[in-house]
Amino acid sequence: MRLRFLAPVLTFSAIAVIMWYALFNLDPSEIPSELLSKPVPEFSLSGVPGYGPDLASTDLKTGKVTLLNVFASWCVACLAEHPLFMELKKQGKVDIYGLNYKDKPDAAAKWLKRNGNPYVKTGMDEKGRVGIDFGVYGVPETFVIGPDGKILDKIIGPVSQDIYEQRIEPLLEENNS
Amino acid sequence: MSAIFRSGFIATIFAVFFIASAGAVFVEKQLEDPAQEIRAREISEGIRCLVCQNQSIMDSNADLARDLRQIVRERILAGDSDAQVKNFLVVRYGDWVLLDPPFKLRTAILWLGPLVIFLLGGIAVIMFVRGRGNADDVETVPLTAEEEANFKHILPDDNNELPK
Repeated sequence: MRLRFLAPVLTFSAIAVIMWYALFNLDPSEIPSELLSKPVPEFSLSGVPGYGPDLASTDLKTGKVTLLNVFASWCVACLAEHPLFMELKKQGKVDIYGLNYKDKPDAAAKWLKRNGNPYVKTGMDEKGRVGIDFGVYGVPETFVIGPDGKILDKIIGPVSQDIYEQRIEPLLEENNS
Repeated sequence: MSAIFRSGFIATIFAVFFIASAGAVFVEKQLEDPAQEIRAREISEGIRCLVCQNQSIMDSNADLARDLRQIVRERILAGDSDAQVKNFLVVRYGDWVLLDPPFKLRTAILWLGPLVIFLLGGIAVIMFVRGRGNADDVETVPLTAEEEANFKHILPDDNNELPK
């Protein structure tokens, strides 16, 4: 019992470790998706003018893993992930579908013209209702969709090379081999 | 003269802001039936704004909050009960969207955590207090004759009894 004086020190250390972990590893702004392993919600949207055919939920049951990227011309963070999507398209690694969230058709078309179009198909969700069905609460968000049209994962915020390698690539390899 | 004018001007601006903030309901299409509108607002007050996170959608002017308020109104018009409206949002955004989360296995730690911590703290305090009581068990050493004499010398005459 001579070490009893250590109790407050140990208590403090334990709290400090937990808080340190939470500070750097937990992000309170990331809300886990409620839709994981559920089929994509029903929707049917017309495409961004001049950019691909319309997009409907049935288009996402493709028999392989695809990405559904929620983007908008007013979204600054979307610019950060866009070059990665262009690169993925160039390498033909995965089909990416674009859900244009709360945007104006002209603005979206202009944005795709300036930054390039990585999407196979685009759908314009002008009112944001499809976004809400998907549980979108910020742009960009990217859904990884399985061969059967079920949602495998949801990435909140811009997709970086690291996130692609850690969360998307394994799903591609697992389901497409 | 201009100072008086200026202070009057500032007071007017403050008055306008005060009045505006008193009825802080966002300008948007409201339900025609006042009873339904009140229900919509009551439900909205319990729905978390996912962008600002610690505000209800009723308090937030975020775009998404406005859409969700509108959805709540639409669901009510469609004849949903309060629980059905909430469920509509929970299916999409999870329990997290409710400012008052339901008690389930997943949220048990949230509800019971504080109680457990309180009990552990109480036990610790009891143990601490009991442990301190042990100080009385230490053998008391009687005063030596010299100390006793000193003691009596210091004490006033009418109170020269030693404490027992």
